[in-house]
Amino acid sequence: MSKSRKKMPKKKGEGVLRGLAYDIRYNPYLCIMALPAVIWFCIFSYAPLVYLVAAFKKYSAVKGLWGSDWVGLKNFEAFFGSKSFYTVTYNTLYLNLLFILSGMVVSIFIAIALSEVSSKWFKKITQSVVILPHFISWTVVALLCEALLKTSNGFINNVISALGFERINFYQNADVWPALLTFLKVWQGAGYGSIVYLATITGLDQEMYEAARVDGATRGQCIRYLTLPLLKSTAIMLFIMNIGKIFNGDFGMIYNLVLNNTMLYRTTNVIDTYVYRMLVESSNIGQSSAVSLYQSIMGFCIVLATNALTRKLDPDSALF
Amino acid sequence: MAKKNKEYTYDAKKHIKMTGSDRVMNMGFYLFITIFSVICLIPFLLVVGSSFTAEKALTMNGYNIWPSEFSLDAYKLVFVSGDIPQAYLVTVGTTLVGTFVSMVFTCGAAYAMSVKNFKSRGVLALFIYFTMLFNGGLVANYLLITKFLHLQNTILVLLLPCFCNAWNILLMRNFFNGIPASLAESAKIDGANDIVILIRIILPISLPGIATIGLFYALTYWNEWYKCMLYIDSNHKQYYTLQYLIQQILRQVNYAANQPAEAVGLNSLTLPTYAYRMATIVVAIGPIILLYPFLQKYFVQGLTVGSVKG
Repeated sequence: MSKSRKKMPKKKGEGVLRGLAYDIRYNPYLCIMALPAVIWFCIFSYAPLVYLVAAFKKYSAVKGLWGSDWVGLKNFEAFFGSKSFYTVTYNTLYLNLLFILSGMVVSIFIAIALSEVSSKWFKKITQSVVILPHFISWTVVALLCEALLKTSNGFINNVISALGFERINFYQNADVWPALLTFLKVWQGAGYGSIVYLATITGLDQEMYEAARVDGATRGQCIRYLTLPLLKSTAIMLFIMNIGKIFNGDFGMIYNLVLNNTMLYRTTNVIDTYVYRMLVESSNIGQSSAVSLYQSIMGFCIVLATNALTRKLDPDSALF
Repeated sequence: MAKKNKEYTYDAKKHIKMTGSDRVMNMGFYLFITIFSVICLIPFLLVVGSSFTAEKALTMNGYNIWPSEFSLDAYKLVFVSGDIPQAYLVTVGTTLVGTFVSMVFTCGAAYAMSVKNFKSRGVLALFIYFTMLFNGGLVANYLLITKFLHLQNTILVLLLPCFCNAWNILLMRNFFNGIPASLAESAKIDGANDIVILIRIILPISLPGIATIGLFYALTYWNEWYKCMLYIDSNHKQYYTLQYLIQQILRQVNYAANQPAEAVGLNSLTLPTYAYRMATIVVAIGPIILLYPFLQKYFVQGLTVGSVKG
């Protein structure tokens, strides 16, 4: 259809404008349809970038952001020099790595199990059930956890003491929290994560399995030598995508579960919660935005690095 | 088509004889799935069970799946006590309005990006995709909303910042990409414009996509607490959402737990009762659980279509 019209020019920058001019002229309705989203992204995604200057200022409420004094990299120096820098960076990376790996393993396991199960109604019901926790907000989960975990009369501790063990005081013991958070993350996300793997498995060529079965392979062997290797590229792609987000702590989860329980900060304070607490509790806008910027830049670098890596390993899975 | 394929799989598996090890494995899989499902389900059962239990029984025995002493007191309290009905109204309202506007924005941009003849589609995709890679972070957004847009303490702060989601738009575009271009082209020859084509032809056949993305948006509005916490102060309680009320309850409980024993006695009067907490959770997640079975078949199908590439 478009062949009869002018061809796109080769130069890139010029091409963008020409393309836009072309669209305004020949696709006015498509332009109108895309406009609300474009405006929204300009305001809510691109305009905030301007406020990143706060990271280089000593914010004063009286002078306002633009009138505040420049301090260069002082805000960053203060953060990098503090002990919190190591703690929050370590916690963010460590917890996210735990979440990613355990989530991946359990998701793949669920997907394989669901694909091997032959009863249709069983598969349908269990799949619905394991996905369900994904849709529940962390505020609800946190309130539930409080009910389940509290030392006196909590469901879990009642079970523990019924089995003859000592009750665990979860809310004063920071060391159990990485494991506990990982468990909750798997509980909440593994079923949902299995959808993609299950889709990959159902999309596999079934004749391959038949051939293997006819040749005498057991189902275990089919999984070991067919399903798992074929899932590898999906798994690697999702893994890399998740690694790209490794600098973003799960604020909703950790903040709601821990709230202001300082006893748990040692193992649970991630960059996101650190920034929030600094912003709200100490109103330190300069330094909190410096930490925020540090997080954005590190996150961006990680995405670029992982993408470059994917490009090398498997060009088809690269995101851009 | 996918369905046919599945049935075919089952047949193939049934027709080939199972060996002993296969049987053991099969049992293992059933067992694993059952256990994981039970772990997923137990908390919900505990909540529902406890919400129907009399407070006395709860303080004595803790939470239980089966109410030892049936009572509806908690629900009476939930539905008459000041905060929750109002919060429900806010949550339902923002969810309905927000999801609708979000879908309009999302479908518009996603459809434009899926039309091959739209020259700016690549630039538009990059423009949207970039926001997923680099963003201003919490503080920059906070400053924008409070110092420039002055949205704090208005109902708009629960709506405007959530209208678009880069990931959802790209996912929606992938759905639209899967629709043969010939459909839209034939309508175009008949003289329909792009908006009419989208509404009349494209949307009716992208139901799984709409259900999936719509559900995602609805959930972000329904589960909203973060913006309430950041932008709405206690003088504007009329804008609190349900999820934020739950967080408030959580804060009170935590606060009381960290007080010395004698102080708790004084505070316990204001502390929400156990059954009340559970009943609040039930009304907060009830609609999701009720709607879920209807949408589930769509979004499993919908998610599998959208393997996103930037």
